[in-house]
Amino acid sequence: MIYRRGQKVLVQGITGKQGTFWAEKMMECGTEVVGGVNPKRAGEKHLGVPVYGTAVEAAKQRPCDMSVIFIPPLMAKDAIIDAIDAGIKTIVVLTEHIPSHDVLQIFARLRNSESRIVGPNTAGIVTPGEGFVGIMPGHNPSVFMPGRVGVISRSGSLGTLICLNLTRAKLGQSAFIGIGGDPIIGTTTRDALEALDKDDRTDSVVLVGEIGGAMEEEAAEYAKTMKKPVVSFIAGRSSPPGKKMGHAGAIVSGGKGGYGAKRAALEKAGVKVADTPADIATMLKSAY
Amino acid sequence: MNLEEYAAKRSVLQPAGIPTPRGTICKTPEEAAAAVRNIGPSVVKAQVPAGKRGKSGGIKMADKPEEGAAAVRQIVGMTIGGSRVEQVLVEERCPIERELYAAVLTDVTSRSPLILFSTEGGMDIEEVAEKKPAAIRRHIVDIDRGFGAADAATLLKGLDLGAASAAVADILVKLYKAFSENDAELVEINPLAVLKDGRVIALDCKFVLDDASAVRKPDLAKVAAPPQMTALEKRGADVGLKFIQLDGNVGVLANGAGLTMTTMDVIDHFGGKPANFLEIGGEAYTKSEIALDLVLSNPGVKSLVINFCGAFARTDVMAEGVVKAWEKLNPAVPVFFSIHGTGEKEAVKLVKERLGIEPYDLMEDAVKAAIEAAK
Repeated sequence: MIYRRGQKVLVQGITGKQGTFWAEKMMECGTEVVGGVNPKRAGEKHLGVPVYGTAVEAAKQRPCDMSVIFIPPLMAKDAIIDAIDAGIKTIVVLTEHIPSHDVLQIFARLRNSESRIVGPNTAGIVTPGEGFVGIMPGHNPSVFMPGRVGVISRSGSLGTLICLNLTRAKLGQSAFIGIGGDPIIGTTTRDALEALDKDDRTDSVVLVGEIGGAMEEEAAEYAKTMKKPVVSFIAGRSSPPGKKMGHAGAIVSGGKGGYGAKRAALEKAGVKVADTPADIATMLKSAY
Repeated sequence: MNLEEYAAKRSVLQPAGIPTPRGTICKTPEEAAAAVRNIGPSVVKAQVPAGKRGKSGGIKMADKPEEGAAAVRQIVGMTIGGSRVEQVLVEERCPIERELYAAVLTDVTSRSPLILFSTEGGMDIEEVAEKKPAAIRRHIVDIDRGFGAADAATLLKGLDLGAASAAVADILVKLYKAFSENDAELVEINPLAVLKDGRVIALDCKFVLDDASAVRKPDLAKVAAPPQMTALEKRGADVGLKFIQLDGNVGVLANGAGLTMTTMDVIDHFGGKPANFLEIGGEAYTKSEIALDLVLSNPGVKSLVINFCGAFARTDVMAEGVVKAWEKLNPAVPVFFSIHGTGEKEAVKLVKERLGIEPYDLMEDAVKAAIEAAK
C-alpha cells in the first residue's frame, strides 16, 4: 500500500474526464502508468498508453502492480473483480457510494486472492518524490515533500491539510496512505499503521482518524507495540450523534464510534492526540 | 433509509413469505374504527422510523371500534424519536407464547452479512448483548455459499424451541434472502413471536435500505420514511448537498467530510459554536455558490469560516463560486478564509481582488477571528 517508483499502474476508467485528468497528473509526478481500461475503447491509445478491454487482458500484455479505479458506483464491482481476476496486487478504489452488497461481494472474491484493496472512497496513496496513485495533489510541492513521516488518513481533504502543515514545518513524508471514508474498507487504519511501522523509510507516523467504527481503537492496540512515535488527530469531536457526517463511515450511533473512546484508546497506547491540526507538527517534533 | 414497520412488513417480509399479522394502515379515527370492526381485538401502533414506541405511548390496545378511534386521536400528532406520527398500523392482536429475535445485517468487521438470533426477544438486542450475551447466536455468512436450511438448523441447535424449531429455521432462511435481495443494511424482526396456537410470526420489523443502493431499489426507496430535515437541510438535499443545521453561530463552508468536521471541531475547541456541517467535497466542489447561499440562509449565522484545502477539489473553482455568490448576495456577515492546495494561488488572488479579503495562512487563525466576530 506504499507506492514505489517503478511500480506499474493500470488506470481503469482512464478515458473519462477525471480518469484522464488524474492519469496525466500521476504521470507528471513520476508514476509509471502502463495502460488503461475501457471496454468500448480497447485497442486505442490514450495519453500515450494502450487502452485494454479488461484488466485481465491488460495484465496478460504487461505486468501491472497496481490498478486505480475511476469507475462510477454501480459499475465499480465488476471493474474491481476484473482487477482481482487479473491478479493485480494492489487495487486503489476511489469510487464513493458503491452499494454495500456489491462491497460484500468484492470482499468475498478478495478472500481467495492475493490482492489487496485500498478504499473504497479513498483519495489514494502518495510517496513524495516517487509518485502517487489517486486524486491527491501529489504533484504539488507545497503540500508534499520527501521525508520520513508516514501519514494515514480516512479523509483526502483533511489528509492534504495535514501533509501541507508538515511540509511547512519542514517535516517531509515517507508515504501518505488514504484508507477511505467508507465503513467497510480493504485496508484498515491498523493495516496501514503496521505497514508504516515495518517501512524502514518511516521514522514516525501521523494517524488521522475520524468518528465512526472502531478502527482507531484497533490501531491503538497495535500502536502499543510500536517504538516509532505516533501522533494522531481525530475529526468529528463536535459532530452531532446519529448523523452521517459526509462520509458513510463517519457516524456515531448507539453510543458507538464516538470521539472520546477513540482518543482514550490512543492515549492509553502512548499515542499523542492533537486538539487541532496545527498542533501535529509541534507534537511530532517534541516526540523525538 | 429506514422503512416504517408497515412498509417493511408489506414490501420486505410479506414478499419473502414471512408471516405477519393481519393489519391495515389508518390515518383517521373512522378508518381505525372500521379496521378494528373488521379485524377484532387489535393493537394500534404509531408508524415512525424510531424505536421505543411503546414507552412513548405510541402503542395502544383496542378491543372495540371506538377504542381504535380513540387510540388514533391520541397517537396521531404525537412526536416520537423526533418524528411526528402521521398514521397508525391497526393489527390483529396475537396471543403470544414466546418472543424471539432475528436479524440480518452488514458486519463491518467480517465484511460479510451477519445473522443474529436470540431467544430473548422483545427487548433491544444491545441490552441482551449486555445482560445475557450467551443468549445471542451469530452466524457469519459466506455470501458465495449463502444461508440454507442446514445452516439455520446448526444456528438453532440446542435451543429449546420445541415444535416451533422448523418454522423459525424457515423464517431465518427467508430473512437472509430478503436481506440479500433488497440491498438491506439491516432487517430485524423483534419480536419474532411463537403464538399460543404454535404459529411463528413477525410482530414487528425494522428495515434499513443501504443509502447507496436507493438508486437501484426505487420501489423500496419510495416507501422509505422521509428523513427528518429542516427546511434548509431539505433545500440542500434537493441540490445534492449534505447540509446539517446546528445551533451555533459560526457558519462553515469547507471541502471534504474530514476537513469540514475538523473545521467544526476547531471552532468548538476555541470556544465557538458551529452553525452547520456542509460538505462540498467530491464532485460537489463545483456547487460552492449554491452552498454559500445555503449557509447564509441559516438565521443563526453571525460570521463565516471558509476553509478550502484542495486535493481533488480545485480551490480556484470553489473560490470563484464563493466570490460570485458573495457579490450577488452581498451579505452583512463577516467572512474569514483559509485556502491551500490545488489552485491556491488563483483562489487567493480572486478573493483578494474581488472581495478585498486577505485569507489567513492557518485555518486555526481564521476560526479564531470568526469566533471573535460572532460575539
